[in-house]
Amino acid sequence: MSSLRQIAFYGKGGIGKSTTSQNTLAALAEMGQKILIVGCDPKADSTRLILHAKAQDTILSLAAAAGSVEDLELEDVMKVGFRDIRCVESGGPEPGVGCAGRGVITSINFLEENGAYDDADYVSYDVLGDVVCGGFAMPIRENKAQEIYIVMSGEMMAMYAANNISKGILKYANSGGVRLGGLVCNERQTDKELELAESLAAKLGTKLIYFVPRDNIVQHAELRRMTVVEYAPDSAQAQHYRNLATKVHGNAGNGTIPTPITMDELEDLLMEHGIMKAVDEGQVGKTAAELSA
Amino acid sequence: MSVANNESVADIKARNKELIQEVLKVYPEKTAKRRAKHLNVHESGKSDCGVKSNIKSIPGVMTIRGCAYAGSKGVVWGPIKDMIHISHGPVGCGQYSWASRRNYYIGTTGIDTFVTMQFTSDFQEKDIVFGGDKKLAKIMDEIEDLFPLNNGITVQSECPIGLIGDDIEAVSKAKSKEFNGKTIVPVRCEGFRGVSQSLGHHIANDAVRDYVFDKLDPNKAPLFEPSPYDVAIIGDYNIGGDAWSSRILLEEMGLRVIAQWSGDGSLAELENTPKAKLNVLHCYRSMNYISRHMEEKFGIPWCEYNFFGPSKIAESLRKIASFFDDKIKEGAERVIAKYQPLMDAVIAKYRPRLEGKKVMLYVGGLRPRHVIGAYEDLGMEVVGTGYEFAHNDDYQRTAQHYVKDGTLIYDDVTGYEFEKFVEKVQPDLVGSGIKEKYVFQKMGVPFRQMHSWDYSGPYHGYDGFAIFARDMDMAINAPVWKMAKAPWKDDSQSKLLAAE
Repeated sequence: MSSLRQIAFYGKGGIGKSTTSQNTLAALAEMGQKILIVGCDPKADSTRLILHAKAQDTILSLAAAAGSVEDLELEDVMKVGFRDIRCVESGGPEPGVGCAGRGVITSINFLEENGAYDDADYVSYDVLGDVVCGGFAMPIRENKAQEIYIVMSGEMMAMYAANNISKGILKYANSGGVRLGGLVCNERQTDKELELAESLAAKLGTKLIYFVPRDNIVQHAELRRMTVVEYAPDSAQAQHYRNLATKVHGNAGNGTIPTPITMDELEDLLMEHGIMKAVDEGQVGKTAAELSA
Repeated sequence: MSVANNESVADIKARNKELIQEVLKVYPEKTAKRRAKHLNVHESGKSDCGVKSNIKSIPGVMTIRGCAYAGSKGVVWGPIKDMIHISHGPVGCGQYSWASRRNYYIGTTGIDTFVTMQFTSDFQEKDIVFGGDKKLAKIMDEIEDLFPLNNGITVQSECPIGLIGDDIEAVSKAKSKEFNGKTIVPVRCEGFRGVSQSLGHHIANDAVRDYVFDKLDPNKAPLFEPSPYDVAIIGDYNIGGDAWSSRILLEEMGLRVIAQWSGDGSLAELENTPKAKLNVLHCYRSMNYISRHMEEKFGIPWCEYNFFGPSKIAESLRKIASFFDDKIKEGAERVIAKYQPLMDAVIAKYRPRLEGKKVMLYVGGLRPRHVIGAYEDLGMEVVGTGYEFAHNDDYQRTAQHYVKDGTLIYDDVTGYEFEKFVEKVQPDLVGSGIKEKYVFQKMGVPFRQMHSWDYSGPYHGYDGFAIFARDMDMAINAPVWKMAKAPWKDDSQSKLLAAE
């Protein structure tokens, strides 16, 4: 157990967390690592590319059918996919009802109590968009994920989310020992993206561990419910994911306590790189029509 | 047992002020500053008791307060006997409050009345994660199957319902339609709302307004022939039969009681109340909201009354009669005269045994002030009083009509403060709740539970006063207190010590 590395991928919704994490983990599996993926999103699509299918039997849906989570066995919820990667999905309620956060807590406790982490080199948590409540912070609390990788891009909101997630990590860094492993930039082809991502990483007291270039082959693989590493192992993109996997592996469980910045500092950063133009205070809150008048 | 019986009012005030300072000394500075606002010595002539109230209790102290669920399910809705009240959420809230208020009622339990039964949705982890609306709907179906004579259902929300955002209003509405318009009342009384049970009373009052009154067809003929003497008893929960011993007095003076809220009450009575000529209000704190609403919407005046002890009963009967014609006014005098010999006999028997005895109270809604008259009728003196969940209008009433100059006032008292006050003031009797009872009895202080009447009652009305007098005598003059002193201790310096 001492060698077990618990990692988690966080980032703004739609940034490509699940795609990046599954490709990276597939590459780690190629390197001979034994992997367990814990999907912590009620949509239950964190393991789709590894399993070639959406996992229907989530922990919470099975628990609801059986009566309670105590009625489940580990085998009921564990699926095995590409290169023997083991996958479980927490699942959760349909949008608008119940408490998905509590569901994440229930699921993770169940997995720990039933020894799901035995005989694994990596446990990876894939968590939905933002740390909206205590339940979704569960993976970064004590004795859970030790290294967090934030998937981001050069877009303002993605950087804003990265900063917010850093705040969440900082909150638990001292009590639980969670660390920020680094930023992964998923290229959106925005202006000066690499430069900006590196600047943000520096501000947050971490580093940009990899810049994943945009390539349509990712979409082709996704349509076939596969990772690029499996779909086109010889492609340049697969090699990028292998490089990222090597970086993560080489990180060896290290990380930093992030130094989140204020909204003003973030805006200054964007202005510094010419992404955002400085606006006269007098223009704030004025419509285009008002400004032209 | 009292110390310093010959103190002047000035002495008492000085001693009480010093006592407050002494009690505050143990707190950290910030806490002491906050608690100081809730403790005072009453100055006669002031319009209120000079304390802050209805403010959040301080974490870490032992407060005696309840929660909004307790205020709605336990107090206002629970006694409505022909409706089924679902404690919606995990099992504990309903289970541990099960039948703990002695709301007496007439009916066949489990057939047409349900007060002492416990209905709960018994939330499990999956209900939290996936939401409990389906389970709630199923419970309502089961209630309809198993208890077909129920006249309605209320949903009493426990904390998790508000946290996970269950739509109990939608379930209630759909089931009401399915059950041919049955009254189904969703109540948003999650325990974390507000600072005490007080907000629960208000929320429950509002639910009566929204789901009983507002659903009534205004053009529908009343189910009874109205008379000019129709009144509704509001805010009497029939603890040990209180509402019954009150009702007979109103009836004897010529009034007709068309509803009891909510002790031994029914949904039909709630629905009839807008036809009342006068609402007579006993517990102001828990039902002033709906009384004000009925005044505004239906033009029904309301009148506060106090049926503890013959002095206040006579005053109240005359006050109620003043809303009616001479027939009722004469009726009130007749009732007062009729019971006078009984009251004289009770006082002749007990006053000599209780004269001069000092009482400290700490209770809920109306009792910290209302029972003072009954003690005074027996020659006793209330030297300290306080409320769990009062608002400033309660302290105004207390100051203007009840307490004497120099009375020690303690709002939302903490366990520590109450013990210290009793230890220093050394009253002959403490009247409070079950959690306080054994602390004080172990200190050797006679005690009566003033929420449940210590499984006795009724205490309201003339009949109730006879029982009240007997119970107070029984508590104070029980021979057991003579044996409570350790024989090896020097009695001349006996000091009560809090069990610390």
